[in-house]
Amino acid sequence: MAIRLFNPLTMDEPRKLGITLVMPSLIIVFGFLLFPFLYSFVLSLMNYDLARPRGNGFIGLGNYIHLTQDMYFLNSVVVTLVFSFCSVILEIILGVAIALVMNQDFKGRGILRALIIIPWALPSIVNASMWSWILNANYGALNALLSQLGILHGYRPWIADPSWAMVLIILTNVWKETPFTVIMVLAALQGIPTHLREAAVMDGAGAVRRFIHVVLPMIAQIVMICALLQVIWSLLHTFELVYVITRGGPFNSTDIIPMRIYWQTFKGLRFGYGAAMAYLAAIALLIPAVFYIRSAYKTTVE
Amino acid sequence: MRFVFKRFTFRVFLYVAALLIAVWVLAPYAWLIISSISTKIDLLNVPLKWIPSRPTLENYRSLFADGQSALSQGMSFFSRSMLNSIIVTFSSMGICMFFGVFTAYAVARLTFPGRKFYLMMLMGSYMMPPIAIVIPGYIILKSLHLLDSRIGLALVNITFILPLVVWIMRGFFLSIPLELEEAARIDGSSRLGALLRIILPLSVPGLVSAGVFCFIASWNEYFYAFLYTSMRARTLPVLIGEFTTKVGTDYLKMAAAGVVASAPPVLLALIFQRFLVRGLTEGAVKG
Repeated sequence: MAIRLFNPLTMDEPRKLGITLVMPSLIIVFGFLLFPFLYSFVLSLMNYDLARPRGNGFIGLGNYIHLTQDMYFLNSVVVTLVFSFCSVILEIILGVAIALVMNQDFKGRGILRALIIIPWALPSIVNASMWSWILNANYGALNALLSQLGILHGYRPWIADPSWAMVLIILTNVWKETPFTVIMVLAALQGIPTHLREAAVMDGAGAVRRFIHVVLPMIAQIVMICALLQVIWSLLHTFELVYVITRGGPFNSTDIIPMRIYWQTFKGLRFGYGAAMAYLAAIALLIPAVFYIRSAYKTTVE
Repeated sequence: MRFVFKRFTFRVFLYVAALLIAVWVLAPYAWLIISSISTKIDLLNVPLKWIPSRPTLENYRSLFADGQSALSQGMSFFSRSMLNSIIVTFSSMGICMFFGVFTAYAVARLTFPGRKFYLMMLMGSYMMPPIAIVIPGYIILKSLHLLDSRIGLALVNITFILPLVVWIMRGFFLSIPLELEEAARIDGSSRLGALLRIILPLSVPGLVSAGVFCFIASWNEYFYAFLYTSMRARTLPVLIGEFTTKVGTDYLKMAAAGVVASAPPVLLALIFQRFLVRGLTEGAVKG
């Protein structure tokens, strides 16, 4: 009897079976994510310095108070917001534009649709290293190309220039992330019934009005989901791009939050302080995350 | 006449745009591949020669030949990293596919208390930025003596792959008509029997999609591997990062290693594109 009760192969009652099947992954999710996340909060209330363990212990909100006065951290917040905002705007505009082109009928469309997935599939560290090589001041392909085309006279150290460094980090991120938007929007475009478009043509609507009144409403939801995902990913999931290409420099101009946390925690060995930074950033990320969960839940359920 | 002209300019515009997109997507990766078969002399030449005068596989050969030591157990550092990548990827993939399929079935088909809450938790964990848990994770792995081990890294990878599998498979299960399952149950099959005999065979595209997603996510993962592994268990992405960030940057080796490391995910994505696109759109996930 006891065996029957706990044997999922014969168990048919949905409540019990459901809980049994979910249990292993529930344990994994709780054990590997929720527990560290709570542990992180505890750490953030402590002075946990591996280099100077003498003063370690509970310090309440000390780390958080320190954060509000840490100019490096405040700089990182601004840098991260600029990076994320510019990346997402470009990814969405470019993504929708490319998807509109690729939704047209032309020779080689199938090949182009296949190739667009390459940047998405590329390991992000390969993306970062590849661009670091292209942007290299002395031997990089960008300098070579621009000077051979006569646009540039003499090689430029792009990455050493604070404003160019940020622009280039954003552009390399856009190169890797835009194909995701293209793929999602293209799928949505193909879902638009042709009779809708034809009806609009019959009514004498031009291309611009057709886009605004017929196409845009049909892809609005998917564009929204893409934008939210890109915001979430660009805010706190980006690391290797900056780590490899600029290491946060020059003059902290590309010092995004994950970089700052990395320096403080794994180079400065101030685990408590790093945890406070990470915790604050993760809580802030909840805002776009909640919006994403709601819209993704809606699209996949309905 | 005016209409024909307008049509013609539109076609021209379309092909120019398509060409620009193709160049934009391909040029950087093509340059990585060209660099990997070039010699230092060609690449350091000013003005730069875009086509190598003497293409060579020397960079690839040196990856597999250089750096044998006791630390990497007689293999080159590169081979060792590749082996680590393969072991970590396939073990975390196997675990996630096994548990993920059952969990996805439960949240797609069964009503049980806390189902909605669990789904929300799962999505939350999918979006959890690694940076938020990487510090306690480090302390936990250290106390378990799992730093710089394949097992430790495989366990960590499960945290972001499992939610992905559940979310993608749930989308596929929802699209399978309920009647099929009910018919099997009337014939005396248990729920899990119906899942294994009726639903899974119909979900092969979903399984392929989830499997490829798992592979790419785990194979490409850098951040955890970078922080949690070193000489013994470092994966290919970590080694590639070292070619460009450590003293004595070696772009030629980086290019060759980058091509080798990116070949499996890129080829899989090209081959299974249809499945991946369906997984992306149905699950509304980023991969």
